[in-house]
Amino acid sequence: MSLKQNIIILNYKTSNIKSIFNAIKLYDDGVKISSNYKDLKNADKVILPGVGHFGMAFQNLKELNIIPTLRELAEKKKLFLGVCLGMQLLADASEEAPNIKGLGFIPGVVKKFNEKCNLKIKLPHIGWNEIKIKKSTDLTKDILSNSDFYFVHSYHFECDEKYVLAKTPYGINFNSIINKDNFFGCQFHPEKSLKSGLKLIKNFVDL
Amino acid sequence: MLKKRLIPTLLFKNNNLVKDKNFKSERGVGTPLPAVKIYNLREVDELIFLDVSATNNKKNPNYELISEISKNCFVPLTVGGGIYCLDQIEKLLSCGADKVSINTKAINDMFFLKEACNVFGKQCITISIDYKYNSKNEPVVWTNSGLVNTSKNLIDVLKDLNFIKVGEILLTNIELDGTFLGFDIDLYKKVVPLVDFPVIASGGAGELSDFVKLVKETDVSAMAAASIFHFTEITPLDVKKELIKNNIKMRV
Repeated sequence: MSLKQNIIILNYKTSNIKSIFNAIKLYDDGVKISSNYKDLKNADKVILPGVGHFGMAFQNLKELNIIPTLRELAEKKKLFLGVCLGMQLLADASEEAPNIKGLGFIPGVVKKFNEKCNLKIKLPHIGWNEIKIKKSTDLTKDILSNSDFYFVHSYHFECDEKYVLAKTPYGINFNSIINKDNFFGCQFHPEKSLKSGLKLIKNFVDL
Repeated sequence: MLKKRLIPTLLFKNNNLVKDKNFKSERGVGTPLPAVKIYNLREVDELIFLDVSATNNKKNPNYELISEISKNCFVPLTVGGGIYCLDQIEKLLSCGADKVSINTKAINDMFFLKEACNVFGKQCITISIDYKYNSKNEPVVWTNSGLVNTSKNLIDVLKDLNFIKVGEILLTNIELDGTFLGFDIDLYKKVVPLVDFPVIASGGAGELSDFVKLVKETDVSAMAAASIFHFTEITPLDVKKELIKNNIKMRV
């Protein structure tokens, strides 16, 4: 715990914020949960946590009046990690809430798994599933392809292949880790994926 | 490929872990914190933590306890017991739960259930359903930790839940709970194909072969167990090894 960066976990009320806080705190004491733009403004890194409904989470972001601050940080090239729903908020739009625009930090659209493509799959996709690493970056350093991570979601992020770091098979091969410039997103919950997940969190802290 | 999940269930009452037969829950089996530490080391896939006295005693969830437990828990933690409003769910998530489990309130108030799914995402809500067979051998849903007979047919309740598109269910046979007699395979065979969401089987696990049989003969997504881990030498890792030996993909 030698590092002390200003890492802000954004609290938009519907997420498992304490879990991700506990995981980051293993590697950096500077982590803080906040929904206040004053804290956010000075952030070195921003975590958008998972769990929740796209529309509801976005509505909360708006009411907290922190979207302009997020855009400023984005322009300053501060690092963002979106987890599950947090990753989906980085997109342009989501089928979960068709009337609401996303942050648009990584071009793409969040889509529902098509139940008809494979009659045997149950939704939500809940449990441990492997990732197939497509492109190695420092975020996945020392993480082996085929490592299992914990997923819990019904929607997935569709984007250009050039942003895809890893894929996971469930009916289709969907994008499980994505990256564009200073924006990272993972569809699984690294904070709940034991060793491999904590490794990914450490890698993000070290970036 | 999505792996089958093995989930120890921890039941507690007044800060003590308990486990007995058929939901009686009188026998103390230790304190929650050390148990969670041990389970993490043994690499379980998830933990379910249920306060079996909260609803009947009209108590709130024990937030301090959940907060302590979550510090050591880097697998998904589902917390249930005494949940009847959205504020409690928000508070549980903010103190370390990843999902919540709702039983009595979910069965009695589908409107509330739907609202909770809308606010927190349905993947965050596990509906816990307990059943017993009536004299006509039909499965009937019981609530309040097995104290109240709702007279609702389990199949009808599952169809309703499928209609409002919930996230997942924890389905427990009260009469098999703690008996070591094996899971209610015939029921899972029948109900899993009726619903679009994942089903966690619970109640009756007594030996390693019970898990293999359950996974081979039904399409349940996960298996939950408590007594077998409290009262026998069998560990979650033993169960996983046995399943892998039988060509079932598990995370190790």
